[in-house]
Amino acid sequence: MNFVVGILFSGIAMIILILIPWVGVGAFDLRLVFGIIVPYLALATFFVGIVLRVINWARSPVPFRIPTTAGQQWSLPWIKPNRIDNPKGTGGVVVRMIFEVLLFRSLFRNTRLEFRKGPKITYEWEKWLWLAALVFHYSFLVIFLRHFRFFLDPVPAFIHILERLDGFLQMGPLPVSGLGVPEVYITDMLLLLALLYLFLRRLYVHQTRYISLPADYFPLFLLLTLGLTGVLMRYFLRVDLTAVKELAIGLVKFHPKVPEGIGVIFYIHLFMLCTLIAYFPFSKLVHMAGIFLSPTRNLSNNSRFVRHINPWNYPVKVHTYEEYEDEFRDKMIEAGLPVEKMPEKAEEGAGAKEEEEKKE
Amino acid sequence: MSDLPKPEDLAKVKHLPPIWKGWMRTPVEIRSGIYCYGSKPANLEYVGMPNPREWSPVDEDWKLPDNWKQIFLDGLRERLEKFRSLKIFMDICVRCGACADKCHFFIGSGDPRNMPVLRAELLRSIYRKEYTTAGKILGRFAGAREMTYQVLKELWYYFFQCTECRRCSLFCPYGIDTAEITILGRELLNLLGLNTDWISAPVANCYRTGNHLGIQPHAYKDMIDFFVDDIEEITGVRLNPSFNRKGAEILFITPSGDVFADPGTYTCMGYLMLFHYLENLGLDLTWSTFASEGGNFGYFTSHEMAKRLNAKMYAEAKRLGVKWILGGECGHMWRVINQYMDTFNGPADFLEEPVSPITGTKFENAKTTKMVHITEFTADLIKQNKLKLDPSRNDNLVVTFHDSCNPARGMGLLEEPRYIIKNTCNHFYEMPDTTIREQTFCCGSGAGLNAGENMELRMRGGLPRANAVKYVHEKYGVNMMACICAIDRAALPTLMEYWVPEVGITGVHELVGNALILEGEKERKTDLRGEPLPGMEEEEEEENV
Amino acid sequence: MYDAGKIIVGLIIGIGLLLFPFYYNAGKAAKAPEPQLTPKAKEAKVCVAETSYMKTSHMHLLERWRQEVVRGGERYYTASNGKVYYKSVEETCLDCHSNKSKFCDQCHDYMRISPYCWDCHIAPKETK
Repeated sequence: MNFVVGILFSGIAMIILILIPWVGVGAFDLRLVFGIIVPYLALATFFVGIVLRVINWARSPVPFRIPTTAGQQWSLPWIKPNRIDNPKGTGGVVVRMIFEVLLFRSLFRNTRLEFRKGPKITYEWEKWLWLAALVFHYSFLVIFLRHFRFFLDPVPAFIHILERLDGFLQMGPLPVSGLGVPEVYITDMLLLLALLYLFLRRLYVHQTRYISLPADYFPLFLLLTLGLTGVLMRYFLRVDLTAVKELAIGLVKFHPKVPEGIGVIFYIHLFMLCTLIAYFPFSKLVHMAGIFLSPTRNLSNNSRFVRHINPWNYPVKVHTYEEYEDEFRDKMIEAGLPVEKMPEKAEEGAGAKEEEEKKE
Repeated sequence: MSDLPKPEDLAKVKHLPPIWKGWMRTPVEIRSGIYCYGSKPANLEYVGMPNPREWSPVDEDWKLPDNWKQIFLDGLRERLEKFRSLKIFMDICVRCGACADKCHFFIGSGDPRNMPVLRAELLRSIYRKEYTTAGKILGRFAGAREMTYQVLKELWYYFFQCTECRRCSLFCPYGIDTAEITILGRELLNLLGLNTDWISAPVANCYRTGNHLGIQPHAYKDMIDFFVDDIEEITGVRLNPSFNRKGAEILFITPSGDVFADPGTYTCMGYLMLFHYLENLGLDLTWSTFASEGGNFGYFTSHEMAKRLNAKMYAEAKRLGVKWILGGECGHMWRVINQYMDTFNGPADFLEEPVSPITGTKFENAKTTKMVHITEFTADLIKQNKLKLDPSRNDNLVVTFHDSCNPARGMGLLEEPRYIIKNTCNHFYEMPDTTIREQTFCCGSGAGLNAGENMELRMRGGLPRANAVKYVHEKYGVNMMACICAIDRAALPTLMEYWVPEVGITGVHELVGNALILEGEKERKTDLRGEPLPGMEEEEEEENV
Repeated sequence: MYDAGKIIVGLIIGIGLLLFPFYYNAGKAAKAPEPQLTPKAKEAKVCVAETSYMKTSHMHLLERWRQEVVRGGERYYTASNGKVYYKSVEETCLDCHSNKSKFCDQCHDYMRISPYCWDCHIAPKETK
């Protein structure tokens, strides 16, 4: 499968997904389905899916302590250990995980291979992937939180503050009369830019183009559509926001109702969101939960001073010293090496092979 | 080795994967120079591994049991249930590509399947087909594919092109560790008798004789006695190491490579001299012919085999009644000791918490494993001023240090060896930051890939390391690279000869051996290699005349 | 090693955060905003544009008016029914909708929007 097939496949899937609510609401007025039933199903799928996924992961043990150590270990008192990148205890692990989850520490290490003739091989500065990833995730978080104003009544102050900060430029979407309001959210623009970059990078970088699956393009397209419909709705194809809020509040209060007069664009936006959250637990997007369980990051490097228990540790067949000595006794004696049994005694014991079994 | 291309030809690497043809559609070609020979039946039989038979990876028919597919898939299911790491790593990769150009094999070969992400996708595609709904329904469109004979060959070919060095895992935003995937992938292949003989022969040897090279007890002692003679010739001091001695305080275990082949042997001489020096200060140490291997090729076979071979360390310590264990310079040996040994074969409650008999330093970081790394031990001695050292005896060397993958990324042993080098040498230069410490590059021959028949692969995989050495060689005149790994000492000389012929390889304790001033020694004219010491070149020539 | 406890705690925290809107609103009466028309507005029957347009886009109309008046000096607006209005918040809009708290604020408060109209314009005095 080359990238064209991958993009086409995801693109067509995307078009179908856009058409479903468009036709459903636009032509058949199935507002109940797309306003209430689908959102509830998607929410249920998301929560049940995520819980089951995490429980499924948790059911497998972590038999060995395999952190990737990215700094000096704790050893002699006068050698300065790297307590974060090579944590010796829970505190260090917590800090390491915070760095990973909130700042994408490992991705920050990224370099780019430069392979020139000679060969001259160097590893160049490359933080764009890190930056785009960080911008995307934080923009998404802010946008997600901003949307709480549709779900919460009264709207808490922190949502309001976030919104004011996000729109502090007080700049309209277009410098044209009548498009000077509402103020553009910085995160809206950053999100779309970051997604666009991540998509173009996937195509432009030879390696990622080669490894990308439809499952990599699809979430990007889905998020782009989600973002674009949101932007369209806020700035161009405006809908009655109080009606939208009535619908949203109705959903979270389990008194669902579908108010009149919300444009189709809203149902498309909502359907994209529903697709995203329903798709979440079954796709690579579960990295949101998975990162917390990654054994190379969430374990301390303490297995030399705190014993790590493997719950399925089982006794194995080993070659015992007795068997070894039985085979080489004569040569050992000849070489002056100490032995457990002298030859005449060994005769009796030779048959009784004991296998040393270790019990947990 | 004869058909190994010239360096200038091998260095022409294209990192451009095919644009139009996807990897699932590109059949794998098992190339000579890249693959290792298949395991011989006797070596599998000896340790009771499945499907022993004569086979060759280039044969059409690999002589597998009829139900090979079932065995493989059942094995995968079992491992998913046993290893959370595998489940997580199968599920959460987003294919961001951060790992892609971090792998030394990809850098040196340009083969896109050597991108860590794609190496993992080889197995992930099977996982998706078997365990995910999308994979079952959408097939290739969901990145899933059927397990076929061709796929099996592909898995084999590429899981034996990974040295489990974990460099990719360092850069992965989720910490996905290709080493873990390779280890488990190799376990699955071993269920079908698909190991390489370069791994299965040492495993069988180690099981029987206690070491990978199959050195029998009397020969092991002979070899060390030979070093004792050499040391006497160079220093005039006669050492008296002990073997299998009950009641000693410390058991010393090092890779058998140190006993067997240059330049590891010089490192071994360094250990011997250090131990002799410390005897007067209260060191009571014994070697063992049974626990005569620090390394663990079982680890390149399966977790179970790793445990089976590792067991003899504690078993021998218990039999001899020692208090704790000192471990030599070795890479994967220390990954196993640090991250697996106590879990595998502990608790070692018959041992005591290690304390240096010379300095009284408690090695608290080895409290339960009861095993101390020799560079920790020696660094402590130097810090406490217990060693008389003459670094000028290493003045002919301009040294750099190669962090071995496992002590770096599976342990974090970074400063200890550097401290020793800086105290035993006057000329030390680091390679560029992106190629050392946690970002270090593999020698290209780890995880059982240091055979002769896959020389092209080794030279390709070692290119990033060699390139960094070349840089310091040209900039600072570096002529010696120190390392703390027996596979490095076996593999890097060949690598250097190919890419940077002017640079030699040494263990850290060879440098110690050269610098250490033994009591009652005569004026040394040569180093441990028998080469004239700095300032002694002329005398040497005169003697020769 | 399973760390089941830690995972369950983590899961509960994670899910708990995501479910925040569900329990935040619980028990509170959901009141949809009910903007009220003054008698004068009722009498007028129509605004300067259709109600549905005014609901979603009044701010755009106002912003356009502002541009046209301040930058272009055009003070008259012809509605689709041909009626001409004087472009002024205070003199035209607030003439009918003189009940800011019962009209404007209803929805703005519901959505917690604080339009900057009132940074310059003086809110009408309401008889309570």
